[in-house]
Amino acid sequence: MAQRALPLSSLPRSGAGLWALLVAGLVIGPVTAVIWRAGGLGALGPADFDALWFTLWQAAVSAGLSVALAVPVARALSRQRFPGRGALIALLGAPFILPVIVAVLGLLAVFGGNGLVNQLTGALGLPRIDIYGYHGVILAHVFFNLPLATRLILQGWLAIPAERFRLAASLDAPVGRLLERPMLRRIAPGAFAVIFVICLTSFAVALTLGGGPRATTVELAIYQAFKFDFDLAKAATLALVQLALGIASALALLLLSPPDGFGAGLDRLQARWDGRSRPARLGDALWIGFAALFLLTPLAMIVLAGLPGLMVLPVETWQAALRSVSVALGATALTLVLALPLATRAGELAGLLGVAVSGLVLGTGLFLIVQPLMRPAEAALPVTLLVNALMALPFVLRILRPELDAARADFGRLAATLGITGFALWRIVLLPRLRRPLGFAAGLTAALSMGDLGVIALFADGEHATLPLQLYRLMAAYRMEAAQGAALLLLTLSLGLFWLFDKGGRANA
Amino acid sequence: MLGRTLAAGMIAATATMAAAETPVLTVYAGDYFKSEWGPGPGIEAGFEARCGCDLVYKTGELLPRILLEDERTEADVVIGLTSDVTKKARESGLFAPHGLDTSALTLPVAWQDDTFLPFNYGHTAFVYNKEKVATPPASFDDLLNAPDDLRLVIQDPRSSISGLALVLWVHAVYGDEAEAAWAKLAPKIVTVTKGWSESYGLFTDGEADMVLSYTTSPAYHIIAEEDDTKAAAIFPEGHYFMVELAAKLATTDNPELADQFMAYVLTEDFQSMIPTSNWSLPSALPQEKWPEGFRALPMPEKVLFYNEDEAAALRDEAIEAWRSALSR
Repeated sequence: MAQRALPLSSLPRSGAGLWALLVAGLVIGPVTAVIWRAGGLGALGPADFDALWFTLWQAAVSAGLSVALAVPVARALSRQRFPGRGALIALLGAPFILPVIVAVLGLLAVFGGNGLVNQLTGALGLPRIDIYGYHGVILAHVFFNLPLATRLILQGWLAIPAERFRLAASLDAPVGRLLERPMLRRIAPGAFAVIFVICLTSFAVALTLGGGPRATTVELAIYQAFKFDFDLAKAATLALVQLALGIASALALLLLSPPDGFGAGLDRLQARWDGRSRPARLGDALWIGFAALFLLTPLAMIVLAGLPGLMVLPVETWQAALRSVSVALGATALTLVLALPLATRAGELAGLLGVAVSGLVLGTGLFLIVQPLMRPAEAALPVTLLVNALMALPFVLRILRPELDAARADFGRLAATLGITGFALWRIVLLPRLRRPLGFAAGLTAALSMGDLGVIALFADGEHATLPLQLYRLMAAYRMEAAQGAALLLLTLSLGLFWLFDKGGRANA
Repeated sequence: MLGRTLAAGMIAATATMAAAETPVLTVYAGDYFKSEWGPGPGIEAGFEARCGCDLVYKTGELLPRILLEDERTEADVVIGLTSDVTKKARESGLFAPHGLDTSALTLPVAWQDDTFLPFNYGHTAFVYNKEKVATPPASFDDLLNAPDDLRLVIQDPRSSISGLALVLWVHAVYGDEAEAAWAKLAPKIVTVTKGWSESYGLFTDGEADMVLSYTTSPAYHIIAEEDDTKAAAIFPEGHYFMVELAAKLATTDNPELADQFMAYVLTEDFQSMIPTSNWSLPSALPQEKWPEGFRALPMPEKVLFYNEDEAAALRDEAIEAWRSALSR
């Protein structure tokens, strides 16, 4: 009997601890290298504590709002069927994968001084709204992260076995209390944790929409310490504070989320009797309409602004686009290889280090480690792939883990009885059940890698610019029209990659 | 260990092979430098025509990268340093004197620096859209007293060199009253961006009526876009001087080539490429040789500048005045 229990818990997770240590080392190693080079830690001033306080509360509010708004939107999407639903779900994911500068321009076209909203309020004789300030930062963070929260929670809804809804309907039992709330208690804290950590390290958004120095984040203080003062000790200290905050909050939230208790289903298509009443349909339509309007209008503005610029894009930009796509594909493969054995609680914590760490400090540390071994420019490609994979890992793990845990709980015993272990366990039992989350995770990684910028600035030799870098070069050369064209190209390619992978995984959703 | 030795051996071998053919001059430059509209390609072609060498740019971070690389740096020459980092750069001991006669410089400020050689300059200025700002402020005081519905974007002094120049500018004009001046300006500031590009993008998108930029910015619109709706407001209180510099590394293994490049910086060939590729003013070219669009630009009578020691001493105070006034 003891022998039967053993493979169950250990085999699918074998080596997870080792992998987790490896990934944690990839983050902690470079940070240590920076501290070592700096010869110790630095002191923080009052301005740094102001930045810390702002960073914390804006991250908490942004993550809270994103998750709270995502719940009704995800419920509406999970229980209503309408033409174009699949396309809408894919498109709603777009803001999360946009490069920050592109998204900010899109948001400003809607909420800015001359934006659509102010044109409307002006025409109606209402007072102007001003996007700049704390609320601007939070609006932008919700814009970025509502899609991620929606998808994570939607996945939770879709993972409730169809038989449970059928049973609830036949007993006329309350779906909300029996099925939805337990699911949310399991999924929502993790979604909040991931978004909270993303907002902790946010930088460019807070600066552009924050309206001034009140909205200063820790990441800006790190940038200043590194670039202006070359004060590595202070940069490393701030990065450590940021890491500690991210890890502490993530740990608390992940420990809070209870395990899945729905049991296995037969993978029938869900039928949702609870969504058929008139008020339910009306409410759901309103929520879907709200999300679509809020998330898609800025995208439409980016498309409109970018079309003329597409015609004047220089050849360099197309080459950069090709390079970005190949980097994105490479990073996707690497991320999935790293992610599958890491989809445990320890692994997820280790993975979260990747977003909780300051990109600038990570890049500097890797540079310090690589430099004695080889010319940094030769390491540019592997380092880019690695950094992109580290950045995407937390999202991928958050997507995969609940479903992998459920698959293990539901089919692990059966597999063990049949003696299916090791690679065969992945191939026959686990991977087929992960098809949907794997497609979503791969799409997200590819798209995130398209938009990556900055971490490897020290390694770049200028020969191999990626598309986001090219976009900045166009802006720096006053070519604003071409830059908007490049932004549209970036949006199209990111979304295209996301859609391809996601579609592959969502064949039956 | 074996791998490291092998790799080092291979790199050394490759380097020897390359050296046997053409000598290579490695130039670290800012990221914008190398793009097809930047000054990089023209300078590369111009220098290679005279040196019989191969000029290779490495673009990206400048001083942080060199400080991290220390004596191991591959750079022979670095181009694009700004005056806010020269102190730190000088103290590193990684840079060598250029040994050139700088009397040919045509800068509006006296420049005697034996290590850092200016290759272009400009001044901070508020650039506005003539169609939106009918009566532009005629002085800095005018700007402070302008109605609060004037929409202005500036750059953060903690992340951008032009933003830093602005706080030093305000300090140079208002001294101890800098914080009060910032408080008057605050309601007009729509937002503060990380860098110049974001600000200028907001300005051309119509999100702001005025943007912190350079006296030379209108030249781009006039020459490249035939658009004369953009102008820089010129203030009698003076404008802050901004300069970009080139320097030779002390560790260079090509000292002659590096010296030759530094000398090339002062030639008319190099200098005449600056205006329409860097969109700034050449550091050693008399005004009559500037392109037409640049000669016609209004230029400030008075130029303000703190040398590196003064700027280093004032910087924290100037940034703090900005921060506390705008944080209210």
